[in-house]
Amino acid sequence: MNDPIRESMLKKSKAAKRETFGKTISFLAIAVIVAVVAAIFYFVASKGISTFTQNGVNFWDFLTGSTWNPGSKGADGKPLVGALPMILGSFFVTILAAIIATPFAIAAAIFMTEVAGKKGTKILQPVIELLVGIPSVVYGFIGLSVVVPFVRSIFGGTGFGILAGTFVLFVMILPTVTSMTVDSLRSVPRHYREASYALAATRWQTIYKVILRSAMPGILTAIVFGMARAFGEALAVQMVIGNAFTVPNSLTTPASTLTSVLTMGMGNSVMGTLSNNALWSLALILLMMSLIFNLVIRWIGNKGGNTK
Amino acid sequence: MAEKRLTQNIQKLDENKHEIALSTKDLHVSYGDHEAIHGVDLQFERYKITALIGASGSGKSTYLRALNRMHDNIANTSVTGEIYYRDLDINRDNIDVYEMHKHIGMVFQRPNPFSKSIYDNITFALKRHGLRNKKQLDEIVETSLKQAALWDQVKDDLHKSALALSGGQQQRLCIARAIAMKPDILLLDEPASALDPISASKVEETLMELKKHYTIVIVTHNMQQAARISDRTAFFHLGNAIEYDETRKIFTRPKVKLTEDYVSGHFG
Repeated sequence: MNDPIRESMLKKSKAAKRETFGKTISFLAIAVIVAVVAAIFYFVASKGISTFTQNGVNFWDFLTGSTWNPGSKGADGKPLVGALPMILGSFFVTILAAIIATPFAIAAAIFMTEVAGKKGTKILQPVIELLVGIPSVVYGFIGLSVVVPFVRSIFGGTGFGILAGTFVLFVMILPTVTSMTVDSLRSVPRHYREASYALAATRWQTIYKVILRSAMPGILTAIVFGMARAFGEALAVQMVIGNAFTVPNSLTTPASTLTSVLTMGMGNSVMGTLSNNALWSLALILLMMSLIFNLVIRWIGNKGGNTK
Repeated sequence: MAEKRLTQNIQKLDENKHEIALSTKDLHVSYGDHEAIHGVDLQFERYKITALIGASGSGKSTYLRALNRMHDNIANTSVTGEIYYRDLDINRDNIDVYEMHKHIGMVFQRPNPFSKSIYDNITFALKRHGLRNKKQLDEIVETSLKQAALWDQVKDDLHKSALALSGGQQQRLCIARAIAMKPDILLLDEPASALDPISASKVEETLMELKKHYTIVIVTHNMQQAARISDRTAFFHLGNAIEYDETRKIFTRPKVKLTEDYVSGHFG
């Protein structure tokens, strides 16, 4: 018995084959990405750990030591690889920049979504997006020629330091935090606004008590995202922070961050030596921190999702 | 755009016999160049339920939302004409819309509780208006939930998220939230259309109970619902109020052909 419909169903059609092909392609693409990420993790981790395994540096000493001079040894014969100054420097600039940027970003986002009409948003949106696209070396250059002299004239000293770094990072993360905050405010359902207005709440009460509240997970994500960006920013910070390997005792004295030490030191050390391995350890800390930022973002996202 | 007046039969209420809670005179609503409501005159009697019926796009919801100026915050929308509440034209710039909203409450088509607890949903507006006394707040929460026929189901869960409630419960919470403000007038925009029949009938029961204390204007797609709960019905068509009369007259002996076609199911 020869039934053509039967036959056609038993063979794979062209469309079905194409579908398999497409699936394979996208699977391969994902596999490559996963492999690259895994390889980077493995490479950085193996290099970073060798400071502790091969060179015998105590991990705790590494985190809490305050002298960074991988080329020489201290009085006790141990290598001088204390990363505390950079860890503190990184955290200070990141947290300060986020603290300054957050109110500005929220205010700007509220203005764009709730106050300015469509016209205002039309002008502001490209401005914000343009700020995101400016290369960090330009920010650093402006920081060097404007912010550093400004800090110097007001607080004295050289002008280089955590404060200058904070200002530059504040401007750099502001657009990121703002545009993500705008997105989360926009995603507040319209009916929340209506319900609030209909209950005789004023515009400010509606924004403050209803819109900001329900957009809070999104806003927190925006802030953490901005912090992740600030933490990882290298060039612009390196240009204005002064690059002194000392534990910062003031906001206006030169300091350094994990990233600035990396960019400064990478070209000047030989693979396999302690000074090179120590830099990898710093890179490992950076990688771990960005992983933690990512987890925090996920956690906030999940938490926000559960209450909805 | 020219006005499209159609044959109309609008019953005028005798102000000596009936207490008018809210009325409109020549109310127009336009979105940009498009006029959606072409001059509507209606009067709403105190402590009665008035239903606004009509096909989709007939303008009944647009009209309802104009009554408490929900169009105010929307660009390109203009509302002209007069809306009388307590002998005051509230469609004027010198009216404080926030104050007005305290007296004319609204419940929307989709249940829209805030993502807060049941308790906080109801006290939200009260707190915004300066009521801080915990005992008073507790009392209002209880009475308004009781009036909305929700108290018995939620009294042990007042501090749980309102979003955990079923759709019908959420809508009754929204009604409770609106009446917690003790408004004069309650506007409802298809409050039962997103609900299953059982929840819908619960909401209807709630409204029948509420009519003792509130003047209710309700937009509904559901003609049985209008027939069941309303005292007066206005039929809307293409941005006009075509016929307005006692509900039983609208459903049994309408005077305009269009109304008759609509209520007998020939269109819409």
